[in-house]
Amino acid sequence: MNRITDKLRQSGKILSIYFTAGYPDLNDTEKIINALADNGVDMIEIGLPFSDPLADGPTIQASSTAALHNGMNSELLFDQLKNIRSKVNIPLIIMGYFNPVLQYGVEEFCSRCVEAGIDGLILPDLPLDVYMREYKDIFDHYGLLNIFLITPQTSDERIRQIDDASEGFIYMVSSASTTGAKTGFGEEQTSYFQRIAAMELKNPLIVGFGISNAKTFQQATEYAEGAIIGSAFIKHLTKKGVANIPEFIKRIR
Amino acid sequence: MKGYHVDENGYYGIFGGAYIPEMLYPNTEELRQNYLSIMQESQFKKDFHQLLRDYVGRPTPLYFAKNLSAEYKTRIYLKREDLCHTGAHKVNNTIGQILLAKRLGKNRIIAETGAGQHGVATATVCALMGIKCVVYMGEIDIARQAPNVARMKMLGAEVRPALSGSRTLKDATNEAIRDWINNPVDTHYIIGSVVGPHPYPDMVARFQSVISEEIQSQLLEKEGTSNPDYVIACVGGGSNAAGAYYHYLDNMEVGIIAVEAAGKGINTGESAATSALGKVGIIHGSKTLLMQTNDGQITEPYSISAGLDYPGVGPMHAHLFQSGRGEFISITDQEAMEAGLRVSQLEGIIPAIETSHAFAIFDKREFKPEDILVINLSGRGDKDLQTYIDYFNL
Repeated sequence: MNRITDKLRQSGKILSIYFTAGYPDLNDTEKIINALADNGVDMIEIGLPFSDPLADGPTIQASSTAALHNGMNSELLFDQLKNIRSKVNIPLIIMGYFNPVLQYGVEEFCSRCVEAGIDGLILPDLPLDVYMREYKDIFDHYGLLNIFLITPQTSDERIRQIDDASEGFIYMVSSASTTGAKTGFGEEQTSYFQRIAAMELKNPLIVGFGISNAKTFQQATEYAEGAIIGSAFIKHLTKKGVANIPEFIKRIR
Repeated sequence: MKGYHVDENGYYGIFGGAYIPEMLYPNTEELRQNYLSIMQESQFKKDFHQLLRDYVGRPTPLYFAKNLSAEYKTRIYLKREDLCHTGAHKVNNTIGQILLAKRLGKNRIIAETGAGQHGVATATVCALMGIKCVVYMGEIDIARQAPNVARMKMLGAEVRPALSGSRTLKDATNEAIRDWINNPVDTHYIIGSVVGPHPYPDMVARFQSVISEEIQSQLLEKEGTSNPDYVIACVGGGSNAAGAYYHYLDNMEVGIIAVEAAGKGINTGESAATSALGKVGIIHGSKTLLMQTNDGQITEPYSISAGLDYPGVGPMHAHLFQSGRGEFISITDQEAMEAGLRVSQLEGIIPAIETSHAFAIFDKREFKPEDILVINLSGRGDKDLQTYIDYFNL
């Protein structure tokens, strides 16, 4: 049983936190994961930094640039994660762009993920059709889940296709935007959340983009199983540092 | 079918496709489903060709360069894209895409630009059609291409600086893509080269294919054959080259030569010669050859020519290179600048520095006296005057 699937079977809304590996400091990865897990976070997305993060706004871009400048890369990240499973039991997901994975070798990357205890991947620019045709067998072989995104513009027909292809959960992007671009939800989001909830998909939904505090977390999870916070957490790390992670989590719930 | 055009899935061999985040799927899917049918409408063709003729000034001449031919002892024709309105071939594509955007009901246009040629060509057609235009340009390029920034503003476009990464063309493209993610419904993104997710490489190549279509009939008139021995063009992303090669791609009687920017030299770390330095990867939504680290981070290219200063190459060109159909040659800054000066003084034509790279080919390769060459003179050098002045202390 994959830890993601397992976690989502339990009751309660999932709080998932994204951070960029190698930021603020190169060797903060373990410290951040431990602090998040110790403070009741349910799931973690570890961002593998990329030079050209197309789907990200300025906050995550800046953290990625800084992380690369600090010397972060795939090999080093796997090295930093090698003892993580002795302490942390919550689901861990690597989120990144496809090119670094392609250069590492998709099969080798998956193999190293499993060794490190990673449960799934989110690669926004690996399209559904290419995944199904070329990589699904590899992911299945290693028992890694590949998480797909949907947006307010995704057609019902395509949402059904994505639902069929997905395991674990579907990442519901809250609005047509890059990360960190919008704060707060309006009627548009609510009706979108309701429309998707009414489709009764087989996979649980976790909302991302635009969640920054207790209020937006609560709004997002009204129609979904959980929510992901990224840019707001990166901003907190930038301002307050790794030592003040508990303060951030306590403010969310 | 084995060939050098795009296949039904948007690939050239192993290159191409649409490696885009889901946020962009509806936008590119809308284009993919509509671009061919719109381009085949008779009214669209009529509008497109009328504007190319009356507004852009097509057909551009195919000029027999007597003095260059004598100098290099071969038969050299120049396809005069430098005589297009706005000074380069870029406008062929922006005319096509603005007409397409109108038919898709879009009321806002975004574009990226490096040297500013594509930005100017986009701002021009937006002024013509009365559509709002935002052009993303790297902060560094804004500083070094001031006249083109002024032209875009005068044409009514908003020029937004790209402040991320290296603050050049690659980053301007990232910012334009991010804008499109944030404005998926009312906005059309006019990409300026044969790069980006499918269907862009094919769509842009088709709009630029008017170049090779004209070469065929013009050469037939002058030489009694529509086939030159070689078509030669400079390649950054590769739109002028794609247009010049298009009708010859599957015609093996015609040799295809692509000239890339070696910058200060291929092994200096300051180069943009993607075929020599690139590996297969994903850039701006396309699987192609690109310059990157072993870890898959996209690296910063360098060329004296802002239009060739791109770390990738369009998927059509990656396929031409990998299959051996195209011959790829790289030219340094110095070789290009000297060739630009030579062409100016031999033919009375000051080429854009991008195009000067293509003229430097005679330093690298010999041709037979009876060979017929067509060099695509993709742009004029007005925009580069300051660079030429500084380089030669004119």
